[in-house]
Amino acid sequence: MALRANVRDDFPLLKGLQDGKPLVYLDSAATSQKPQVVLDALAEYYRTYNANVHRGLYRIAERATLAYEEARRKLAAFIRARPEEVVFVRGTTEGLNLVAYAYGRARVRAGDEILLTEMEHHSNLVPWQILAQERGARLRFLPIREDGTLDLDRLDHLLTERTRIVAVTHQSNVLGTINPIRTIADRAHAVGAVVVVDGAQSVPHMPVDVGALGCDFLAFSGHKMCGPTGIGVLWGRLELLERMPPFHGGGEMIERVELERSTYKSPPHKFEAGTPNIADAIALGVAVDYLQGIGMDAIRAHEKQLVRYALSQLSEVSGVRVYGPRDPEIRGGAVAFTLDGVHPHDVAQVLDSEGVCVRAGHHCAQPLHRRLGVQSTTRASLYLYNTPEDIDALVRGLEKVKVFFGMVRA
Amino acid sequence: MLDQLYQELLLDHYAHPRNRGRLEPADIVVEGANPSCGDEVSIYARVDDGVIREIRFEGRGCTISQASASMMTEQVKGKTLEEAKALIERFKGMMQGDPVDEPALGDLVALQGVRKFPVRVKCATLAWVALQHGVQEYEAGRRAVTLASTEDPL
Repeated sequence: MALRANVRDDFPLLKGLQDGKPLVYLDSAATSQKPQVVLDALAEYYRTYNANVHRGLYRIAERATLAYEEARRKLAAFIRARPEEVVFVRGTTEGLNLVAYAYGRARVRAGDEILLTEMEHHSNLVPWQILAQERGARLRFLPIREDGTLDLDRLDHLLTERTRIVAVTHQSNVLGTINPIRTIADRAHAVGAVVVVDGAQSVPHMPVDVGALGCDFLAFSGHKMCGPTGIGVLWGRLELLERMPPFHGGGEMIERVELERSTYKSPPHKFEAGTPNIADAIALGVAVDYLQGIGMDAIRAHEKQLVRYALSQLSEVSGVRVYGPRDPEIRGGAVAFTLDGVHPHDVAQVLDSEGVCVRAGHHCAQPLHRRLGVQSTTRASLYLYNTPEDIDALVRGLEKVKVFFGMVRA
Repeated sequence: MLDQLYQELLLDHYAHPRNRGRLEPADIVVEGANPSCGDEVSIYARVDDGVIREIRFEGRGCTISQASASMMTEQVKGKTLEEAKALIERFKGMMQGDPVDEPALGDLVALQGVRKFPVRVKCATLAWVALQHGVQEYEAGRRAVTLASTEDPL
């Protein structure tokens, strides 16, 4: 399945020039570029039907409400879920915090265990640390193997009758590893734990079906999937969302308020206190239309091909060490590497002078870097608009880095 | 543009760091960190009669953070604490865009190109923030190992 031609032309920023050259954008794991249709949707809302949702009795308010709830239906269909299970949040981080706060505090007691993995992003680590400290619970960690995959042989040992929550990333933002969520979820459910999945790096890049994944919660961010910043989704199984206490209190999430007590709406509204991020939710719905127009299977196939090319080209550059699995079947398009003798920041700085945008640092995964035995890495990450020429520009840039720092390396 | 950032003197300090290593015992021991990128610079100094007699650093990080630490140790060795504090202020001032006082800063002007790269400014100031914190602790009579961060308000 091939990507349709000229995808890159849909993205105004990528059509622009920097120093007279097209930008080589290899940082989509941090945030994706936005297609024109998404920018248009934002402007159209603000220019033609900007009004608050759910309450207004006038026409533009009705239109805003319809568009906002239509966006929810689009997001639900995108991950094959029910609309009432889709809670709009600011992003993955807020989604995971919502689960840790609202579900975790009600469920986790002293002596209970929460199972995480060594490859988690700080957003799927710190909320659980806070919960565990507050409740006197214990965090346990599924280790990674040398090849950057999870050591599933350790899973049954680490899952106990005390495990209440298993929180795991679907796709590592550093190693690119795609984790076998179904396998993990089945075994976690066998001991009565719920499974929380960080989908920030998977939902934008591959078809995701929450039923097939078998998890209980899935959080993801709009801005990594061609949508705006400040909007994302927490999906949860309805029976869990119904039983959970609210996260934030305020308007929009209540049914009846008295001075001393209130009753709450049903999910998802129970978890959406205050005026929601209307414009960005609507634009995220348009981003989903855009991605589905291209086809998630086609996007995954395109990235698989590109990452294969990237891994093979990078292996030709002497001094480069790539982290994570080599097999494109079990990894996505985040490629972290080091270059002997040159600090990742310096690598990224020289690449920037060549118009190549990559990220350098710990990528919000300090424990993983410690596990890998490095302080930081350089990361190139791919999306639908990247081409083999972008990889070639990266490799040419790395050769320039080596020349530039030649005197340092000597 | 790149050549302004990575001046030859700076690359030389990175490749051949001056005063690198630990100092034990030391009157000032500070572990400095830049949380935004993970770079680390520890500063060790012996102070005698208000003068920095000996100073060393060790650390892990980019060219800018490590070269800046190396250059700093060269510049403050033999200076009184008052002179060192004044130099720290002048250096931080340069990195924040103040006019560059070339005679006072000497070799350190090689780091002024960093100002054009705002995200790298904290790399350059890491060692200086650490030393500043260490001197404060020393003058307050505290001798324990302390931590300093480029995110701390100063």
